[in-house]
Amino acid sequence: MGKFRKEGGKKSPAINTSSLPDIIFMLLFFFMVSTTMREVSLVVRIKSPEASEVQKLEDKSLVSNIYIGKPTKALAAKMGTDDRIQLNDAFAEVNQIREFVSLTREKLPDYNKSRQIISLKVDATAKMGIVTDVKQELRKSNALKINYSTRKAPGVVVD
Amino acid sequence: MARETPEVSAGSMADVAFLLLIFFLVTTTMAVDSGIMRKLPPPVPEDIVAPPVKTRNVFQVLINSADAIMISDKAAQSASAMRESSKKDLRRMVKDFLTPHFPDNVKFPETKEIDIDFIGSYHRTKGIVSLQNDRGTSYDIYIFVQNELAAAVRELRDELSNEYFGMDFNALLKADELKAKAIQKAVPMAISEAEPANFGGQ
Repeated sequence: MGKFRKEGGKKSPAINTSSLPDIIFMLLFFFMVSTTMREVSLVVRIKSPEASEVQKLEDKSLVSNIYIGKPTKALAAKMGTDDRIQLNDAFAEVNQIREFVSLTREKLPDYNKSRQIISLKVDATAKMGIVTDVKQELRKSNALKINYSTRKAPGVVVD
Repeated sequence: MARETPEVSAGSMADVAFLLLIFFLVTTTMAVDSGIMRKLPPPVPEDIVAPPVKTRNVFQVLINSADAIMISDKAAQSASAMRESSKKDLRRMVKDFLTPHFPDNVKFPETKEIDIDFIGSYHRTKGIVSLQNDRGTSYDIYIFVQNELAAAVRELRDELSNEYFGMDFNALLKADELKAKAIQKAVPMAISEAEPANFGGQ
């Protein structure tokens, strides 16, 4: 005769959780590897232009970012639709750049102070006027190594 | 007493976890910052007058607020507005201009004989590309021009590097830094940016 299970009565077995730590560690490692420390939240919209002659920024600790673009849609009502500068997490004016440069330079170790790189992340549709103002301020604050952030366009044929 | 259902084997859970880990590691690309590196000129005191540069040594690139490019090559005594279709000529023209010509040719910039390690005596061009843009120029076209200028210099370096060391400049940069420095000395990145003007309104 076939066996029949008793109705009810039997508990489902406990799920083995001994590998749960593995999964948690895996997630932890994944996030540790794939996220960069303290990525700023953008308040301006940036779509970098494309270029072919690009160089990689090897040492991220030397790089400070200046963002220039139009305010995001959510902020457009308050901040207008003109190109604006973003430093750290907030909108900024041109005259705040010198302070920003000296503050970020202060954080670098002495032997790297002269190697500071300012990366300009500028929206392709931005006008050069504001970019030039920023560059003049950078010259005055003696931050001369700059990097125009672009997207790599492999095998672009310029026509 | 009914037979207990056997425990679910968890031995391979770790394998699954590792598979997932490796899968994510391979498929996610970390955002790598890249861009065009430039060095700004140091600030100059107001009372210092820029040293005169012979006009034949200057190749001017102007971009107006309507994103139209105009080039003026004083040595060849030509000035032309570039139409959209002729944008690709920019790289070639800059390259022609920066190619050293010896013996002296008045249609091209002067050259200066210098001594460079690994290369020896070399006639380096005195040509300078001057880039000027308007405040209303779009960043897009500015980067396009910067990219073309960088590409022209890179191609010249590649040619010289291939001639002397048999490899592209980028390969040489990894292989032998001192030789790469020699190439850089022979073909400098001679781009000068003028203070922006307000031609063309806005």
